[in-house]
Amino acid sequence: MTNHWVDIKNADLVLVMGGNPAEAHPVGFKWVIEAKKNRKAKLVVVDPRFNRTASVADFYAPLRSGSDIAFLGGVINYLLSNDKIHHDYVKAYTNAGFLIDDGFKFEDGIFSGYNEEKRSYDRSTWKYQLDKDGFAKVDDTWQDPRCVYQLMKAHYARYTPDMVAKVCGTPKDAFLKVCEYIAETAAPNKTMTNLYALGWTEHSVGSQNIRCMAIIQLLLGNMGMAGGGINALRGHANVQGITDFCLYAQNLPGYLSAPTDADVNRQAYLDKRTPKPLRPGQMNFPQNFPKWHTSLMKAWYGDAANKDNDFAYEYLPKLGGASDVLATFEAMYHGKMNGFFCQGFNPLGSVANKRKVSDGLSRLKYLVVIDPLATDTSEFWKPHGEFNEVDPAKIQTEVFRLPSTLFAEQTGSFTNSGRVIQWHWKAADGPGEAKDDTEIMAALFLKLKEMYAKDGGAFPEPLQKLTWAYRQPAKPAPEELLMEINGKALADVTDPKDPTKVLAKAGDQLGTFAHLRDDGTTSCGNWIYCGSWSQAGNNTAKRDPADPSGLGQTPNWGYAWPVNRRILYNRASCDLSGKPWDPKRTVLKWTGEKWGGNDVPDMRPDAKPEENVMPFIMNPEGVGRLFSRELMADGPMPEHYEPFETPLDANPMHPKNPKATSNPAARVYKGDMEAFGKAKDFPYVATTYRLTEHFHYWTKHSKLNAIVQPEQFVEIGEELAKEKGIAAGDRVKVRSNRGFIKAVAVVTKRIKAFDVDGKKVHTVGIPIHYGFKGVTKPGFITNTLTPAVGDANTQTPEYKAFLVNIEKA
Amino acid sequence: MALQSLDIKQRSATTTPTPQARQTVEIAKLIDVSSCIGCKACTVACMEWNDIREEVGTCSGVYDNPVNLSENAWTTMRFSEVEQNGKLEWLIRKDGCMHCSDPGCLKSCPAPGAIVQYANGIVDFHQENCIGCGYCVTGCPFNVPRISKTDSKAYKCTFCSDRIAVNQAPACAKACPTGAIQFGSKADMKDYAAKRIADLNERGFDKAGLYDPEGVGGTHVMYVLHHADKPSLYAGLPENPGISPLVSLWKGAAKPLATAALGLVALGSLFHYVMKGPNEVSKETEKEVEEEDKA
Repeated sequence: MTNHWVDIKNADLVLVMGGNPAEAHPVGFKWVIEAKKNRKAKLVVVDPRFNRTASVADFYAPLRSGSDIAFLGGVINYLLSNDKIHHDYVKAYTNAGFLIDDGFKFEDGIFSGYNEEKRSYDRSTWKYQLDKDGFAKVDDTWQDPRCVYQLMKAHYARYTPDMVAKVCGTPKDAFLKVCEYIAETAAPNKTMTNLYALGWTEHSVGSQNIRCMAIIQLLLGNMGMAGGGINALRGHANVQGITDFCLYAQNLPGYLSAPTDADVNRQAYLDKRTPKPLRPGQMNFPQNFPKWHTSLMKAWYGDAANKDNDFAYEYLPKLGGASDVLATFEAMYHGKMNGFFCQGFNPLGSVANKRKVSDGLSRLKYLVVIDPLATDTSEFWKPHGEFNEVDPAKIQTEVFRLPSTLFAEQTGSFTNSGRVIQWHWKAADGPGEAKDDTEIMAALFLKLKEMYAKDGGAFPEPLQKLTWAYRQPAKPAPEELLMEINGKALADVTDPKDPTKVLAKAGDQLGTFAHLRDDGTTSCGNWIYCGSWSQAGNNTAKRDPADPSGLGQTPNWGYAWPVNRRILYNRASCDLSGKPWDPKRTVLKWTGEKWGGNDVPDMRPDAKPEENVMPFIMNPEGVGRLFSRELMADGPMPEHYEPFETPLDANPMHPKNPKATSNPAARVYKGDMEAFGKAKDFPYVATTYRLTEHFHYWTKHSKLNAIVQPEQFVEIGEELAKEKGIAAGDRVKVRSNRGFIKAVAVVTKRIKAFDVDGKKVHTVGIPIHYGFKGVTKPGFITNTLTPAVGDANTQTPEYKAFLVNIEKA
Repeated sequence: MALQSLDIKQRSATTTPTPQARQTVEIAKLIDVSSCIGCKACTVACMEWNDIREEVGTCSGVYDNPVNLSENAWTTMRFSEVEQNGKLEWLIRKDGCMHCSDPGCLKSCPAPGAIVQYANGIVDFHQENCIGCGYCVTGCPFNVPRISKTDSKAYKCTFCSDRIAVNQAPACAKACPTGAIQFGSKADMKDYAAKRIADLNERGFDKAGLYDPEGVGGTHVMYVLHHADKPSLYAGLPENPGISPLVSLWKGAAKPLATAALGLVALGSLFHYVMKGPNEVSKETEKEVEEEDKA
């Protein structure tokens, strides 16, 4: 979230699209209800299903699953053609006036630089025109045909209300009504918050769905404002924390992109990741990348990382290719992997195309499952009737189950969707032989270290030289870990402007990442968490609910990264002169000497308004991007592409160009392409989702959850049910090109057929949660059905739009 | 002496006068249906607090699980899909005991002290006095009490009287994430409801209103409904609930007659005892019966 949970109460309009918070985030949803009750806010829901959130909405508009960009592109067109934008904001704080390279083109659904064979783009034309000093050229009048405003206007002019209705199946009047609601928040003192979740990310165009909303929120001037922003609602209580610590091989902690084979030495690695400013006088905050990375290496390797050995750069693994979840299971499927550690993860249930996952696991030599529960994955080899038909005689994988404690049996921290890190204390001991995850990891590490010491190895240093200065090496304490993550001064850290002034004494816990250095005098395990455990102690354990501003900022409740800032880009909540756009919801203001107000400024505290330091400090251009340059794999402006399994014959936006049917830059493995189904065999659009009564694949092990939602079901509309002779409560079989599941039919008015491009399209809704382990009725793994293709940028699988057929079982 | 909040106002099949000295505040739960998302946190909290567990059932083609109230499910969510004038609504109502001011269950109960009404308005079942006759089921205009298959006693929502007694909100209200279940004095709840109704009016629900039906003297569980003119849209919430005329007859006009009849039976029994002595079963007869049982 750019904002935070409580801040939702400050919104005038809550737009829920790509999520269903009443269902998936019922506790956080209270802030939506608060906004409605106390601010008279309106709630608008756009979704393929009339869902629990829609049940309390002021307005609901249906759209076909997988057509969000067409809808949002239509909104952008509406705002531009009706001039419903916040002009002063857009002019000052976005790249609307920036001029784009003459080589940049968009023709028939494809951007310039496309390589069909590689399914990827050469993005070298997706950039600004630069002047002789290397700064982007800007036309503040927005008249230049190469400026972003003009390119964007032309790009989205195609997304007319008729086109939206044609692609999305949303009735035109409903679409226009949503546009009217949204457009009202272009007023400087009105804000819209957008709540989304996996309903946007789990598409082959997932990242671009979110880019659309970024454009809309910039046009409306809603970024940085209380009650505004783009708010990703995270699932698991600590999935934000997982992302921050980058348990993805592509990143190191703190979103530092990991080195690859191409980064031959530390300097090359740092140079590539340390941008130069693209406009004069901007903060260009990522210029500090070397400080963050060097401090990380110091945290990991201590004295073994120093100037003489390039700060142990060679110890870091270098990525030779993709290592996301789909790539991992692709490699496993082809027998290229011997062992798999599966910690807090149930891939047999969670990953697309269960058959492929199961075959992959069968080809391993060993599988280690570290989990509090007996997961489906840990029994992938065991026959469970028709729910898991396998032949154990043919599976040689050795499976180890290491019982771990559950979050309530551990002390540690949770980082919530709003980036607020909250310490939590153990409530009970774990059962039986269960151990904390840290203890299990420590045991593995110490054993490996011992084996290397005894037996030697090709390259033992990266493991041998890791710092491990815990009081009990076999049991690193959570407090020690957070202190290490926060980082400390290894020598006195002085003020660059006045070297006599000591900012942090040697040995002190650091208070802010502003004190990190690239010369090896500081250590920090994750720069964005710097300040969470300062000299003052554990700031994440603070529990003061005081809210002096009344905006719900609660600055002394936990600790929000970065530097306890609650609303990102908050400089944009003021006009150029530093006056709040809405004085009633003052987040920040210029006091005459410095930035003050009700949040930690997202700005150099003494940057005078006339210095024109722009609010988007993480961007080298200082402004928000309506055109995202070369930073996205699949285009600098979002374009509608059909899901890989589409009910249509072509992309209605580009009916004559088959290359532009589905995302041209999405990676598709051989075999997965062949496993896509066609509409003639699988005519219905399926979408998977979660139910409020359950959490993922955990709560099927819990009796109370099982009581309130005991058995797997699928939802279909009344019209389709009638056509197929299916009544509520009947057992049905749902097939995709990858397998089938059986479940109980819920027949509902809440799912309607769509009229898409003259064709009737039905939706089949399929909750996840069920499987063959647990106390709910045994069920099939829903991901038996889903396709193994992901978003072009994140590789998040397309769980939300694929094709199935359905019949009475 | 009972806790003040649990002063008894009425007791089934009892004529002993109840305490009057203390002025107990009447309480209520307000269920704002327009803020309810049907998450069932209340259902789970109810089972947890009260140590009851419904069986893991099956999906019957709707979201309603538990599918019905039972001795182990004192509250459940009723989901209704309603389409009016081309507009679809998913109306979700938390069902359970309404804690009527004039409780049909208590009126119809023949077992002394099996059903009580506290001065704060809670209607509570005391299972140790329950004879399992099921009259409360018949007497309830909302179809709430259930007779246990295990112990043949009647069960229903207690309003968490054990929590109320120590100044805690009911488990369901405590667990509700959206504030759809409010708890307080009945007067405060009516004030709160008025604000919610004004908000709903502004959002185009002209007929929004409070459900606090007069036929049962008002209730201590009230609803804010978007369509107060059509309560039946909400999974058959009664339009005008009242106590069955049979119960009224039994406990009203006919009660002295019934009491007289009971008295006559008792008197007759006494005469019978005096004239004929106690009925004694001979050892032989007992043995015969036992053998018959075995066969």
